[in-house]
Amino acid sequence: MIRGTIIVSIEICKACELCVTACPQDCLELSAQLNSKGYRYAQLKNDSCTGCINCAIVCPDSAITVYRQKKEIKSATQKIS
Amino acid sequence: METATNIDGLEVVYAKPKTLTDTPTHYCPGCGHGVVHKILMEVIEEMNIQEETIGVAPVGCAVFAYDYMNIDMQEAAHGRASAVATGVKRVLPDKYVFSYQGDGDLAAIGTGETIHTVNRGENILMLFINNGIYGMTGGQMAPTSILGMKTTTSPFGREVATMGNPLKITEMLAQLPGAYYVSRHSVHNTAAVRKLKKAISTSFKYQKEKKGTCFIEIVSNCPSGWKMTPVESNEWLEKNMFPIYPLGDIKVPKS
Ligand SMILES: Cc1ncc(C[n+]2csc(CCOP(=O)(O)OP(=O)(O)O)c2C)c(N)n1
Ligand code: SF4
Ligand code: SF4
Repeated sequence: MIRGTIIVSIEICKACELCVTACPQDCLELSAQLNSKGYRYAQLKNDSCTGCINCAIVCPDSAITVYRQKKEIKSATQKIS
Repeated sequence: METATNIDGLEVVYAKPKTLTDTPTHYCPGCGHGVVHKILMEVIEEMNIQEETIGVAPVGCAVFAYDYMNIDMQEAAHGRASAVATGVKRVLPDKYVFSYQGDGDLAAIGTGETIHTVNRGENILMLFINNGIYGMTGGQMAPTSILGMKTTTSPFGREVATMGNPLKITEMLAQLPGAYYVSRHSVHNTAAVRKLKKAISTSFKYQKEKKGTCFIEIVSNCPSGWKMTPVESNEWLEKNMFPIYPLGDIKVPKS
């Protein structure tokens, strides 16, 4: 499994939940805390993120930066299998 | 952006384009305008044409587009974005020029300018955000509101006898010889956003080749005007807007 993660700009997020529905791994949720605008911001709820970027593509506020395992590691594992 | 550095053996694979400013948008949560802005700016970043692109903003919710798009922009009077874009392109023919308008702007008050710009085959990209309502002014009926749609000016739902049928202006415009490429898209899921991105970059390539007017409609949501959550609005859009405004190419260049 490819490992990935995201960072959400907490103060930019508007709790629209579009990222939550776009995530194929079901790894996003809205926080219990509020940001200063009064929105529950998006956050990871487990470590199954693969860095697929689906959440970031649909985010209207460009609040998500996505990170993924470096390519070299990926191609090495691909050679083995 | 401060977050856009690699962390812990992971590399950045997606970050906000640098062609967007850091100004937080005033759009309602989940509004399609934000996604369209971002994708348009991604194309401009990837084509490396930030310095060569001039946008024309509408009156409507996207009136402040010039605060978010980090390129040269001009604001136009309500409905007149394509006329202003015509002037800009004629004076600066080597720049990439686009207009960005909502349905009230492009298909109601600006219908005349819209039709004649496309008829003249002005060498610009026209982006048309069709959310079936006047978002900015509080949810009045638009020419593109679908039958049965409840708005503040059609409280019992739009009906043909007094309000006419939804205006398929994109199909109309495709009939004009000046229209080179006409396509309808949406931003309700990732696959749709990727297709829109392709259509925008194709349109800029045609503009470089001086082919004529490229027109892209984006069937979009207005969660506030529709009185729905963003997730509900995208479901509603798929079920109710797409049958009337089917996605896909409407006019493609003859090869
Ligand atoms: C000459 C003129 N007439 C009317 C208005 C009021 N007005 C502002 S925005 C708007 C409609 C906007 O709707 P649309 O173009 O669909 O954009 P949206 O807000 O939905 O993105 C109207 C009628 C105005 N600003 N100027
Ligand atoms: S899509 Fe963006 S704005 Fe909406 S909840 Fe997710 S991070 Fe927040
Ligand atoms: S009123 Fe509608 S179109 Fe305007 S920002 Fe809000 S959701 Fe978007």
